[in-house]
Amino acid sequence: MKRRVLWTSAAGALLSWPGAAHAHLMTTGLGPVYDGISHLFLTFDDLLPVVAMALLAGLNGPAAGRRALFILPAAWLAGGVAGFATGVAPLPAGITSLSFLALGVLTAADRKLPPAVVTALAVALGMVHGWLNGAAIAGAGREATGLVGIAGAIFLLVALVAALVVSLRRPWTRIAVRVAGSWIAAIGLLLLGWTLRGA
Amino acid sequence: MRHGPGARLSAEALFAPLLLLAAMPALAHVQEGQAAGFLTGLRHPFSGLDHVLAMVAVGLWGAQLGAPAIWLLPVTFPLVMAFGGFLGLLGVPIPGVEIGIAASAILLGTMVAKEARPPLGLAAAMVAFFAVFHGHAHGTELPAGQSGITYSIGFVVATGCLHATGIGIGLIHRWGWGRIALRTAGAAVAAAGVFFLWRALA
Repeated sequence: MKRRVLWTSAAGALLSWPGAAHAHLMTTGLGPVYDGISHLFLTFDDLLPVVAMALLAGLNGPAAGRRALFILPAAWLAGGVAGFATGVAPLPAGITSLSFLALGVLTAADRKLPPAVVTALAVALGMVHGWLNGAAIAGAGREATGLVGIAGAIFLLVALVAALVVSLRRPWTRIAVRVAGSWIAAIGLLLLGWTLRGA
Repeated sequence: MRHGPGARLSAEALFAPLLLLAAMPALAHVQEGQAAGFLTGLRHPFSGLDHVLAMVAVGLWGAQLGAPAIWLLPVTFPLVMAFGGFLGLLGVPIPGVEIGIAASAILLGTMVAKEARPPLGLAAAMVAFFAVFHGHAHGTELPAGQSGITYSIGFVVATGCLHATGIGIGLIHRWGWGRIALRTAGAAVAAAGVFFLWRALA
């Protein structure tokens, strides 16, 4: 089991390894926390994987939803602080798309995942994306408190989306969630093509 | 304090202007090509009748076949089409793309016209096979200089909407006249496919 979790974490981290495209920092004029909040909702590279994670956690039931609710923002914050501290993101460009793919495919497949796997995915996603956010914030000379805004927005989004999915009872609604997962995976695949093409 | 509808209206009247005044301008860092990318992606699947008919036909066939094909086929198509788009973006050549697209309209239309019920795996494989041609065509035609992610979102959403349209139309299958209408529509799609094939070969 332990090995499985390790493998899943490693694979999740690799698949979620995003690129430098995360430097889309927002300036709301309301301060770094609000900049962070708006960053999440206006940056699809971060938004869609978070939605996919919430959908996946919701499909796996309330316990998985609660795990994702607390672990994902915490991991994002931890990764963000580490990225901010180092100020560098030595990552291959634009591999964000792979986190779309991995989480989208898992959501579309709707397989019951062990809690440890949900945890590993949330940790991998949060650490990698958070790291890039933190490095971008440091690179732009912004305040690190923007990470608090991002993490808070993630908490809110996961709470709403995962709770909604957990509450779904009719079979077709669950299918709609799986279709959404397949769309996110398809977007990830196209995005990967764009990235590799260098557009 | 009044608690009737009037009180609620007053509160709304008070807070609505405050909210409007409080709304801050979006001084966000401009991500070039975001809106244009989304709109271009959204428009692209509608740009050719051959694509539109084939995608709607997938939904029609799924509706005819019922669960689980009704959702499996529309899930399969965008995923595999994205793979075709991925190949197109990378410049990996696929021979006879236009012929493949025309053939997809012929075959899918024929399946709907005959109300064919092959095994689920075979139906999914057929849809997946043709989806590669559609995706590849879109992938090679993507405009440069636009936001890749918003283009991709628009593209996938539009494709999904076309399938949903097909499924929505296909729900008339529950009625006798509806079944006949669906089969007729399938024949029309197949006939259009023959035209597209003739055009591709000309």
